[in-house]
Amino acid sequence: MLAKRIIPCLDIKDGQTVKGTNFVNLRQAGDPVELARAYSEQGADELVFLDITASFEGRKTFAELVKRIAANISIPFTVGGGINELSDVDRLLNAGADKISINSSAIRRPELIDEIAKNFGSQVCVLAVDAKQTEKGWWCYLNGGRVETDKELFTWTKEAQERGAGEILFTSMNHDGVKTGYANEALAEMSDNLSIPVIASGGAGAKEHFRDVFLQGKADAALAASVFHFGEIKIPDLKSYLCAQGIPMRVM
Amino acid sequence: MKVAIIKYNAGNIYSVDYALKRLGVEAVVTADKDELRAADKVIFPGVGEAETTMKFLRASGMDALIKELRQPLLGICLGMQVMCRHSEEGGDVDCLGIFDTEVKRFVPQKHEDKVPHMGWNTLTETNSGLFKGFTKEEFVYFVHSFYVPVNEYTAAVTDYIQPFSAALHKDNYYATQFHPEKSGGVGERILRNFLEL
Repeated sequence: MLAKRIIPCLDIKDGQTVKGTNFVNLRQAGDPVELARAYSEQGADELVFLDITASFEGRKTFAELVKRIAANISIPFTVGGGINELSDVDRLLNAGADKISINSSAIRRPELIDEIAKNFGSQVCVLAVDAKQTEKGWWCYLNGGRVETDKELFTWTKEAQERGAGEILFTSMNHDGVKTGYANEALAEMSDNLSIPVIASGGAGAKEHFRDVFLQGKADAALAASVFHFGEIKIPDLKSYLCAQGIPMRVM
Repeated sequence: MKVAIIKYNAGNIYSVDYALKRLGVEAVVTADKDELRAADKVIFPGVGEAETTMKFLRASGMDALIKELRQPLLGICLGMQVMCRHSEEGGDVDCLGIFDTEVKRFVPQKHEDKVPHMGWNTLTETNSGLFKGFTKEEFVYFVHSFYVPVNEYTAAVTDYIQPFSAALHKDNYYATQFHPEKSGGVGERILRNFLEL
């Protein structure tokens, strides 16, 4: 049976993990490769690395890091951040990434999705979207919520699917960082509306939130960062709990 | 032991090379026919699309070479699909015909049946040297929109929409629909089993 996926997300700046972690026994706490290896051994199903570096030099560092991750990790991983054109995609896939995620560049130029799907296949193209529930409904935002776009969430994700996106990574800005659970209603609506997998992001604070995002939110995968980085939830415990709730999980 | 990975226009063939390095094996990634003939083990990876891949294999004469090899060969994902007789991908494509069976497009039966089949799924009815030492249903990583129905060469079965061939085996030819190079420790065991054939 196809398992639901648990995906830790690592923010990277200048080749190092950004958010603090309390992983013990890591030789170098800020080294994304060490952290990735630890997650992989704990049973993470995939990993996401988001490059939040602004500089050109930092971008090169990130590509080098992607090579090290590919050489060391035996599970699939997605990379995102700063991907504006096909040559960026080509560079990161050649460095060994399995998938790439695009967000603001796709909102600015939606044809990028078609181009990636045509050149590399839909399976490598993850459309990431940050959205907020407002008076006019669910709306897409850029730059951490400072810039409103002209995209309504469900219309935009449907368009992305039609253009060739292979997966949607949906972060609810109303839920992100609050740790009171995922945006299950919006996620379920999105899942009903699409025929490609949906990765839920934003709101994980307890094991029950993962149960709810799979059962109520109909998500195919759940992404989280701080609950894993700070050891508040251990992946093996989370997976046994979800298994006991009847949710298909890959257990090691 | 000499291990060769067939180099062609497929995406991300280096992830197989990385996986072998993690097992301590230095493989050569090559399109050189003599080098491929001389290898003890050959791996035929694949990410991409059947029609383009078959065009490339024919244009380079690699199609004849793959069929002539007698050492253990492992086709992965699209590699496995083009080892079959025919694929529905890209219209209708005649393939290598090593496995006399066809490749079909997944047809969702209900809304939850998303295509591509992407993620970790279980292997059942394993019956080839690739799965030596397997005692339970292990999870491996899949990404594909086309599948090979269960047939006389099926060496493992996975259920998604319907049961399909997760692996094939005939003589020296082995193939997996899933990606052992991305399947964690289970994938490493499968690659090691292949290297020990």
